[in-house]
Amino acid sequence: MPDTITINGTDHPLPSDPRTSLLDFLRQDLGLHGTKKGCDHGQCGACTVIVNGMRINSCLTLAALHDGDDVTTIEGLGTPENPSPLQVAFVEHDGYQCGYCTPGQVCSATAMLDEIKAGFASDASADLTSEMKATAEEIRERMSGNLCRCGAYANIVAAIRDVAEQGDAA
Amino acid sequence: MRPFDLQRPDSLDHAHSLSDGETATLIAGGTNLLDLMKLQVETPERLVAIDRLGMNAIEDTEDGGLRIGALVTNTATANHDRIRADYPVLARAILAGATQQLRNRATTGGNLCQRTRCYYFTNIDQPCNKREPGSGCGAIDGIARLHGVLGTSPQCIATYPGDMAVAMSALDAVVEIEGAADTRRQVPVRDFHCLPGDTPWRDNVLEPGEIITAVILPAPVEGKQIYRKVRERSSYAFALVSVAAVIAMEGDTIARADLAFGGLAHKPWHDPRLAELLVGKVPDAALFDRAADLLLEDAQGYGENDFKIPLARRTLAAVLAEATETTI
Ligand code: FES
Ligand code: FES
Repeated sequence: MPDTITINGTDHPLPSDPRTSLLDFLRQDLGLHGTKKGCDHGQCGACTVIVNGMRINSCLTLAALHDGDDVTTIEGLGTPENPSPLQVAFVEHDGYQCGYCTPGQVCSATAMLDEIKAGFASDASADLTSEMKATAEEIRERMSGNLCRCGAYANIVAAIRDVAEQGDAA
Repeated sequence: MRPFDLQRPDSLDHAHSLSDGETATLIAGGTNLLDLMKLQVETPERLVAIDRLGMNAIEDTEDGGLRIGALVTNTATANHDRIRADYPVLARAILAGATQQLRNRATTGGNLCQRTRCYYFTNIDQPCNKREPGSGCGAIDGIARLHGVLGTSPQCIATYPGDMAVAMSALDAVVEIEGAADTRRQVPVRDFHCLPGDTPWRDNVLEPGEIITAVILPAPVEGKQIYRKVRERSSYAFALVSVAAVIAMEGDTIARADLAFGGLAHKPWHDPRLAELLVGKVPDAALFDRAADLLLEDAQGYGENDFKIPLARRTLAAVLAEATETTI
C-alpha cells in the first residue's frame, strides 16, 4: 500500500496526525484553500471533493485512510485562465453571491453530472431503471447536500442545467 | 477530537484481535463516527479501520437472494441492477436518506450501526443515559420532536435514525456477523437492534470483537414495494415517520403484507400482528384503521412528538391504499 495520496495529479505524503481530516489536510497542510469548511459535520457540502470519481464530504473522512486514493479538488477542475464548463456556467448564470459554497457546489455538480450519465438513480427519479435526466427537479434533489447560505439556488440549478444540456448536445 | 491511535488490520482475523469493544472502535465509511468524535460523544483510544478488508461485493445467493457485503456503499447498493429490479423498497429507502456525498461513503454495516440523532445524545453538556449511563434522559421532558412513541423506556426515548434498515426489516433480511476464532452467526435485521429498556447504551446485539460481514436478502417475492418517508423537508432530513412495505394481492384479498416503520422507535419497528390481521382480507379504509389501531395500541407520545401517532396512522393508511389500489 503506498503511503501517499494523489491530489490533482500530484503525490503527497499522508499526514502524521491521524486526526487530520481530508479537509484540514488540503487546507492547512497543502495550502489548497479552494475547498471550504462550512460546518465540519457533513451538513453543508462546502468541503465536497471528488475521490476516485466519487464526491464526498472531505470534513468527514480521515486523510490517513486515503493512501493511494486520487483526489480532485476545485483547483484541479479549472483555473481562472482555463475554467471548467461548470465554472463558466456559474459565472454566466450568477450561480453565487458570496462564493463561499461555490467550490463545493462545482465539485459536487461535476460528479453529479457523471452520476447521471452513469445511470445513478435519485429520490426524485420516478423510475429507478429508466434513463436518468438532469431535470431541475433531479438537480435539486441530487444537490441537496450542498447548502448555499446566500440562497443562489435558482441560478445554481440554471448553471448546472446549462452544462447538462451542452453535454446532451455533444 | 481526542487523540487516538489508528490501526489498519490486514485481515478480518487481525481486526477481531484488535477490537475489544471498549478502547477500540471500528471505522468503515466513518461519516457518523467522525462526526460524533468531533463532538466528543465518541472518544475511542484506538480506531480500527476495516475499510479495505474486501466485503464490498453484492453476490447472488444459492436460493435466489442477494448477499450484500458489509463494506458495499449505500450508493452501490441503491444502484445495483437486481436491487433496483427485485428489491426496489431497499433502493428507495437508501435514496431517501442523507445526501449523495454521504451515501458514497456510507457502508452497509456502518449504516446498520449508525447512532441516534437525539439532540441530548449528541450534546455532551446534556444528560443522556445512552451516552452516559445514569445521567438521565433529557428528552423525556424536553425537546422530543424526533423521538420514539413505540417501545420507549423511562431511561431513553431515542429513535434509530436510518432508512436502509427499515426496508431490510420489511424484506426480512439477515445480518451476517463474524466473531473471533471464525465464529459466525446470523441475526435477522428484525432482531438486530435493541429496545432501550434498562440498557439504552446498547444499540444492537453485536458483542465486543464481532464484525458485520454482510446482509443477506432472501429471494425476492411478488408484490408491490413502497418506501414512504415523511420528513421536515423534502431532502436530506431524517424520517419523522417512514413506512417500508411489501404488499401482494391475490384477487380481491391481501396475500402478503410485510411492513416496517422508521422514526417511531429505537429500532426499525416490525409488528408481526399486522400481517396476521391484513392477510386474507379485502382492503378498505376500515381495515387500514384496524391495522393502525393494532400498530399504535401501546404508543405513547412525549409532548413534542405526539403528532407522530396520528402521522403514523395516516402514513400507514396511505401506503396500504397505494399498494392495494384502494380509495380511502
Ligand atoms: S464542511 Fe463538510 S459538509 Fe460542511
Ligand atoms: S454563494 Fe454565498 S453561500 Fe452560496
